[in-house]
Amino acid sequence: MSQIAIIDYGIGNLYSVIKALEHVTGPADRVFTTSDFGAIAKSDRVVFPGQGAARDCMQALRAHGLEESVLEAARNKPFLGICMGMQVLMARSEENQGTGCLALFEGSVKYFGDHVSVGTGPGSYKVPHMGWNAVHQDRAHPLWEGIAPSSYFYFVHSYFVACEDAALVAGTTDYGLAFTSAIAKDNVFALQCHPEKSAASGLRLLQNFVDWDGEPGTR
Amino acid sequence: MSLAKRIIPCLDVDAGRVVKGVQFVDIRDAGDPVEVAKRYDAEGADEITFLDITASSDERDTMVHVVEQVAAQVFIPLTVGGGIRKLEDIRTLLNAGADKVAINTAAVFNPGFVQEASDKTGSQCIVVAIDAKRVSVEGEPLRWELFTHGGRKPTGIEAIRWAKKMEALGAGEILLTSMDCDGMKTGFDLELTRAVSEAVGIPVIASGGAGTLQHLAEGVSLGRADAVLAASIFHFGEYTIGEAKTYIASQGIVVRA
Repeated sequence: MSQIAIIDYGIGNLYSVIKALEHVTGPADRVFTTSDFGAIAKSDRVVFPGQGAARDCMQALRAHGLEESVLEAARNKPFLGICMGMQVLMARSEENQGTGCLALFEGSVKYFGDHVSVGTGPGSYKVPHMGWNAVHQDRAHPLWEGIAPSSYFYFVHSYFVACEDAALVAGTTDYGLAFTSAIAKDNVFALQCHPEKSAASGLRLLQNFVDWDGEPGTR
Repeated sequence: MSLAKRIIPCLDVDAGRVVKGVQFVDIRDAGDPVEVAKRYDAEGADEITFLDITASSDERDTMVHVVEQVAAQVFIPLTVGGGIRKLEDIRTLLNAGADKVAINTAAVFNPGFVQEASDKTGSQCIVVAIDAKRVSVEGEPLRWELFTHGGRKPTGIEAIRWAKKMEALGAGEILLTSMDCDGMKTGFDLELTRAVSEAVGIPVIASGGAGTLQHLAEGVSLGRADAVLAASIFHFGEYTIGEAKTYIASQGIVVRA
């Protein structure tokens, strides 16, 4: 039995995340959205979604008084960051003329347009990076269990995480450059793509998260 | 390696039921949008587009319930088009689990609506649907005009210029339908598709006319589309999405396995 808290700080729509988690949990589990510090602290595992711009996300977290709550959860229980929920774990984002983030990890969030040729011709890339792309698994992790190497996941984003600590990297995706599409450390796992929209591979990853004891483990 | 080219089945929904006859041998109720969407998901569809063709505005809410039910069981991107006129319509559909909405007629009457929608929800949620018809005569350079109301009403607007304008206003994607080819099963209008794909920096979905697997592949290879949308060739069980992907991959195009 597991109490799974999805952190709700008023950013974007959580319907698909809720439904996908309900799809992979059993009748004894409880999936709920919350912005309450106490409810997050009492839960067994935490999902931290996010969409939109970095500054809006950080402002919403502050407005809900949730910065410390998110960091606390990320220190002591199975924690899954999704999309902006991965990006804001880093120290800073270049979005909105520079935005300070939660700084759980060293590294920054950069704009594709500054690093790849944007356009429609050969060798050019459209921004946002939107659609299905392969996630290469850089190392074994319980959350990759049963997911074939280089499986496709669904992405929608214009900024990407640039890790300073190579040991954090759990997944890499190619889009004009090889960028970090998944990071993992201790009880934290975070993804740039949307497992809730990534068909069987995404559901398997969420299932693995629900089953995860929070140990980084090896396969 | 890069992004996979997408295969998108399209379903017409009237008052909560899939219409235009979807025939699968092993589906009990081929009119149930949830059953049909689950089937396409299982076959490997990269996304599903629902077109709400409900005539009565009283029954618009029905589409919202359809989206909620599908999004609770099918975990791939969902796009909904048809009758979207207000920001509130968009919010309601996104909250119901849609990932994108396709705006057509409302964009023509009020282009600012596209900008407003994009500002509020992010361009990745906003697809602008363009129904285009060839209007150039023999000997003239090719020219396409934008039509509304299911291709019945001409607008006098040149289609490629319109696509560029929609991109500038914040559209995240163009759903491009050739009114000349739609329903003909003779293939996409590849010249139109290519002209629009090369004119804009946002993804273009080719639609209208696919009758064979080769047509789907050509939409990408010759039309330079990022995704291909089709209805009848999948609905009637002529081809599965899996067969389409196998063929397209054999043509050297990257698809999601």
